[in-house]
Amino acid sequence: MTTERKRTYIWEFPVRLTHWVNFFVIIFLSVTGLYIGGPFIHPTSDQSFTMGWMRFIHLVAGYTLLMMVIIRVYWAFAGNKYANWRVFLPLTGRQRHDLGDATKYYLFVSKKPPYAAGHTMCAGIAYFALFLLFLFQIFSGFALFSYNSPGLVHEILGGWLTSLMNIQAIRFWHHLVMYFIWVIALVHVYLAVWLDSVEGNGLMGSIFGGYKFITGKEWE
Amino acid sequence: MGEASGSIYDSLRKKGVSRRDFMKFCSLMAATLALPVGGAAKIAEALEKAQKPTLVWLEFQDCAGNTESFLRASDPTVAQIVLDLLSVNYHETIMAPAGKQAEKSLADTVKNQKGKYLVVVEGAIPLKDGGVYCTVGGRAAIDIAREVCGNALATIAMGACAWDGGIPAAAPNPTGAVGVKDAVKGITLINLPGCPANVVNLTGTVVHYLTFGSLPLTDSMGRPLFAYGRRIHDDCERRAHYDAGRYVREWGDEGHRKGWCLYQMGCKGPETFKNCPAQRWNQGTSWPVEAGHGCIGCASPHFWDTMTPFYKRLENVPGFGVEATADKFGAGLAAATAAGLIVHRIARAAKKKSSEEEGK
Ligand code: HEM
Ligand code: HEM
Ligand code: SF4
Ligand code: SF4
Repeated sequence: MTTERKRTYIWEFPVRLTHWVNFFVIIFLSVTGLYIGGPFIHPTSDQSFTMGWMRFIHLVAGYTLLMMVIIRVYWAFAGNKYANWRVFLPLTGRQRHDLGDATKYYLFVSKKPPYAAGHTMCAGIAYFALFLLFLFQIFSGFALFSYNSPGLVHEILGGWLTSLMNIQAIRFWHHLVMYFIWVIALVHVYLAVWLDSVEGNGLMGSIFGGYKFITGKEWE
Repeated sequence: MGEASGSIYDSLRKKGVSRRDFMKFCSLMAATLALPVGGAAKIAEALEKAQKPTLVWLEFQDCAGNTESFLRASDPTVAQIVLDLLSVNYHETIMAPAGKQAEKSLADTVKNQKGKYLVVVEGAIPLKDGGVYCTVGGRAAIDIAREVCGNALATIAMGACAWDGGIPAAAPNPTGAVGVKDAVKGITLINLPGCPANVVNLTGTVVHYLTFGSLPLTDSMGRPLFAYGRRIHDDCERRAHYDAGRYVREWGDEGHRKGWCLYQMGCKGPETFKNCPAQRWNQGTSWPVEAGHGCIGCASPHFWDTMTPFYKRLENVPGFGVEATADKFGAGLAAATAAGLIVHRIARAAKKKSSEEEGK
């Protein structure tokens, strides 16, 4: 094993763009969504348009999330090998082995940190789950919105869900899934900070600048 | 009751309804059906010529609420017109004959006017155990419905129960209740869901038929678009308060006295399609939201299961007790996660320390 570190370009621009746009969009969606679900601001002025603005921001953010998901899906096929769709699923024996290693490390069973040039397998699966939750939020969000403004676009983006689930169940799950997203985000940030500190490969910096400092330990 | 004679208009005039009142009624119907300019004149012309259609009214698993709604037209002239549009040959709650005699008039209608009469069904039809949970004159509701609806020109399912089983079909649906659309297939059917359905919409449907010779256009759930095409929330007079963020937060609070939006009190106007804000109830006197109570979504599919709790926006998370709202559950989940991560962080620190000591 060498201690020499190679500066390697891992996260291409679309990956970093979608990551940080999503980060802000999730915050906006959560705050405005919570307001829509239980209006916590009590305006007194006659001129207020609080719910109107909240819904407007929520919807703009919702469309933004949709765009980001589309970009990221495209990049899962067009981007480099670290961004490829294969990294999100334990398809190869190597990946499954890696998954076991990472889990053992998180549970303190093993002392070997899950070095990886791209995502670790554990992270990959978590992102895949997150991605499915995003998709559900998009479909259910547009299903709810199709009641406000019916039309072909909203029908395609989510209106179809109303024929599978009743509207109140959609609203309920749209609300609850927000918390599931929070849980994954919390664990994700915790693990990112931790692994950055033990692996010292510039993991945290990588999601800003794209580069990691790779040693021979990564599986490349 | 009996055979129709003369046109609808003639019989109204004989009963002392003025031309003016008649035209008022035609305008109301034109507005209800959202007809273009000239609609009222067209309706008047049609009613001047049309014969009264024969109607039979079947009650199954019901509370007679739609009958009440039908008879509670508060303005006497309009009520008269409504009753006069139709020649009601059978209606258990209001008919004079009883027992065998009553059943005979139903059988005669089905036989003599096969394919020409209208049926209104009120109430759900139980299918479980051969339909024994609702019988009339010894016959199961399902048999009666098959025969009477099957030989009719058209069937109007009035109210939530006749539409999709409504309250009798609410979970756990002990009698296997269903609406007409699932009980009798292959008939001409129009649905007027609601608890109860508004008599204006029944009249509108009949008038549409008399004027245009066809039933009104319906949506994917078989409801006429003129009555179920618009969302309560979009026509609600409290809507400006909704957009502004002014909500009733407790019954009788300042917002409630000022007529603010009932969203937080569980109003289901945002998910319900019906013309209550425009047509209102009791001859346009008022409607629930105007009276200060949220919409309970009575025209929505399986409303007793899907629109409850009526006084809350969302149901609770099942299996976590009566206080487990989605927000409390979610906040608990997030807090548990954070706590787990803190414990993990402490364990990490302890582990690091012990391995450092080992290393010495
Ligand atoms: C394309 C994406 C999205 C769209 C179009 C969308 C749309 C909507 C709409 C229209 C509502 C209003 C529902 C109502 O009438 O009560 C709503 C509510 C809500 N949204 Fe979204 N949303 C999207 C994504 C998200 C995401 C990603 C989150 C969370 C991370 C979220 C959280 C919420 C919450 C908590 C509510 C309140 C639910 C309630 O109690 O009614 N939404 N959303
Ligand atoms: C302080 C906040 C955050 C930091 C420092 C951070 C850091 C990172 C890092 C370092 C990676 C690359 C990890 C790897 O090698 O596997 C990453 C990936 C990712 N993060 Fe975050 N993250 C943050 C917040 C969030 C939030 C709030 C979400 C979503 C709710 C999120 C979702 C993702 C996803 C989906 C990926 C995979 C990227 C891809 O392949 O497209 N992150 N993040
Ligand atoms: S009272 Fe109900 S229908 Fe009216 S604006 Fe408020 S939520 Fe919508
Ligand atoms: S306001 Fe709502 S609950 Fe009331 S009758 Fe109309 S649709 Fe039914």
